[in-house]
Amino acid sequence: MTRLFMALWLALAGVAPLSLVTAISAYAVQPDEVLDDPDLEARARELSRGLRCMVCRNESIDESNAELARDMRLLVRERLVAGDSDQEVVEFIVDRYGEYALLKPTTGGANWLLWAAGPLMMLLALGVGFSYLRTRQSATETGPGQLSDEEKAKLSKILED
Amino acid sequence: MIVELGHFALILAFLVACVQAVVPLIGAHQRWPGWMAMAEPAANAQFMLTAFSFGALTYAFVTSDFSVALVVQNSHSLKPMIYKISGVWGNHEGSMLLWVLILTLFGAMAAWFGGNLPPTLKARVLAVQSSVAVAFFAFIIFTSNPFIRMSVPPFDGQDLNPLLQDPGLAFHPPFLYLGYVGLSLAFSFAVAALIEGRVDAAWGRWVRPWTLLAWVNLTIGIGLGSWWAYYELGWGGFWFWDPVENASFMPWLLAAALLHSSIVVEKRESLKSWTILLAILAFGFSLIGTFIVRSGVITSVHAFANDPERGVFILMILGFFMGGALTLFAARASSMEAKGVFSLVSRESALVMNNILLAVSCFVVFIGTIWPLVAEMLFDRKLSVGPPFFDMAFTPFMVVLGAILPIGAMMPWKRAELGRSLRPLIPAFVLALSVAVLAFAMQTGRSALGPVGLFLGTWLISGAMVDVWSRTGRGAVAGRLSRLGRLPRADWGKAVAHGGLGVTMLGIAGLLAWQQEDIRVVQFNEPFEVAGFTLSLTDVQRIEGPNYISTMGWVDLSRDGRAISTLTPEKRFYPVAQMPTTEAAIDIGFWRDVYVVIGDPQANGGWAIRTYYKPLANWIWGGTILMALGGMLSISDRRFRVAAGAARREPTAGVPAE
Repeated sequence: MTRLFMALWLALAGVAPLSLVTAISAYAVQPDEVLDDPDLEARARELSRGLRCMVCRNESIDESNAELARDMRLLVRERLVAGDSDQEVVEFIVDRYGEYALLKPTTGGANWLLWAAGPLMMLLALGVGFSYLRTRQSATETGPGQLSDEEKAKLSKILED
Repeated sequence: MIVELGHFALILAFLVACVQAVVPLIGAHQRWPGWMAMAEPAANAQFMLTAFSFGALTYAFVTSDFSVALVVQNSHSLKPMIYKISGVWGNHEGSMLLWVLILTLFGAMAAWFGGNLPPTLKARVLAVQSSVAVAFFAFIIFTSNPFIRMSVPPFDGQDLNPLLQDPGLAFHPPFLYLGYVGLSLAFSFAVAALIEGRVDAAWGRWVRPWTLLAWVNLTIGIGLGSWWAYYELGWGGFWFWDPVENASFMPWLLAAALLHSSIVVEKRESLKSWTILLAILAFGFSLIGTFIVRSGVITSVHAFANDPERGVFILMILGFFMGGALTLFAARASSMEAKGVFSLVSRESALVMNNILLAVSCFVVFIGTIWPLVAEMLFDRKLSVGPPFFDMAFTPFMVVLGAILPIGAMMPWKRAELGRSLRPLIPAFVLALSVAVLAFAMQTGRSALGPVGLFLGTWLISGAMVDVWSRTGRGAVAGRLSRLGRLPRADWGKAVAHGGLGVTMLGIAGLLAWQQEDIRVVQFNEPFEVAGFTLSLTDVQRIEGPNYISTMGWVDLSRDGRAISTLTPEKRFYPVAQMPTTEAAIDIGFWRDVYVVIGDPQANGGWAIRTYYKPLANWIWGGTILMALGGMLSISDRRFRVAAGAARREPTAGVPAE
């Protein structure tokens, strides 16, 4: 989880489990973890942002200061130094920790629905919207449900003001 | 004694709400004036009783009455007064009491300012509003009573979570709730209109100020929360896409859609059933947000199992109101015939597109938020949906929205010619494009995010300027300038809010594309450079605060030999709560922030220091303030004041654009 989330969670739910509370304080990557090769380090940071700290509630290992997050950061850097590609590092982490560790879900299995939901909904909405606009274009001003004259007078008085 | 009176007032308010939810509804159905008229005093009584109850709880916190269990759990006698007060809503029970306080406040405001509503509509609105209050009063009294006494009061309290002891967060929930709960009134108007069986232009005009008010408060609340996260959490993030944030963001998106679609109802008597549906859904998402936060179901299925009573209760409230309202909608929506006729290219169509983009993007956020739960329950997969998903799935909709917004805003009602609407925007487009190209040329080999964001931001701001300028009509520049000041407030509100969105987009683009970070071990008086700035750690000391112990560093910030400021980043430890917090030190500037965080002492005598250079950071919240300001300008437009019966007739200077 991000710290913001936890703070709000605490604020709103009024629950303060101590084990989680102690995890708050804010130094993610420590100076001694940084790799000498800036390119490798940049790749490590990028990968860390997509990996979840397993004991936190929605926080990447790049942001988290939990012990486990540090271990995972070191592991990522170890694999990179050993010459793994980004893809191989991610696979290594998933093998070890499960897909729960991926902040960016895969597209495999039922997850296609998650990824396709937005575009599909957009197409649907555009279709419905377009057909609605077509009916409005060809409609005539007078439809059913007309107001009575008295109501019209009342309405125009309100709208005039 | 006062605490008991508060408890009693709460129960009394519950009973008043029960009566108010039933009697006016029968009255409106039977056309009995007396029965309808009771809604108004009842709404006032409900609000005053709840306010008294809230006051009693506040009194218990302020006087540190440790015989009340809630005060013991969330306060401490040494805590500064402001946090004793904010502690009232810094917990589940108290925040729910604030929730109903605001709910009854909106009910009372509808009674105060609803002078020219038809009596049946007014009675129904107040009855529906009160039925929501009944549900939440019951929720508080039966599952989350804040007035429980302790049989053996302790000497002191357990302190409020230190992270909440911060001005940014102390006032973030009230604004957020004003927004969340404010949408209840739009919901009540929608359900009342469905019962009434009629939606007309006047309905659109009545519902719009309330939606605007809710949206303005949501905007401020979300902005405050984001700003707090930025300076308090220690690495300067501003948005994290986690369930609680999304819970407030979804109603915001729908409220934005609603306040645009109600314009179409008001001006053109079209999109009626869609607007009703939006009003229902917007409040529905407020309830879903409440459910997500209270039950903890999204964060962990186990958290839900630990305390299912509250979660199930809210789920029942959600099911009842959404199920009831949507059933009513299904039965009655077909009677809401649209009247306006307009061509495919028109302001109406542009607003339909706005609604599609906002509603679909809200849907994407919703799917992403609940997907972990769906995947676990249906497919037995334990997975995460984090920021990378939302960045990819949500951002494209905002890019499209930003790209078409200035064009749509320029279109006339009924029938537009694309060419004529586009022509005045050419300078704005050229300006935006040149800013983007310049940025792209200056940064080599980085992501396209920065230039795209700069284009959208500049396009929105300059487009808003062109829009407001075009409202002044034709003729000499001097005459048009003088007409600027006489434009309806709604015109200004529209331009300021749209420009504010542009400013926020500029800030996000600048921060995401050109932020620089530096992490290192620093020795005393050994200067180091970050993004052209020179920083030097001169001292670190232990300092005692009122209820915490601080480790404070002194960092001199300079540029090209000129001193800029001395920053004092802190690490605080709150002994009562046994909890550390980070207080970043930020040199705030118009174009950039320099953000310094102090870490742990190192074995060789140095300190871990983390420095960020954050271009345009403040523009994110500057834009948020502008958006809220735009909303307030719109609320203050005279046609709403007139609609509320508060002003006399006077000649109009122009036609409101919205």
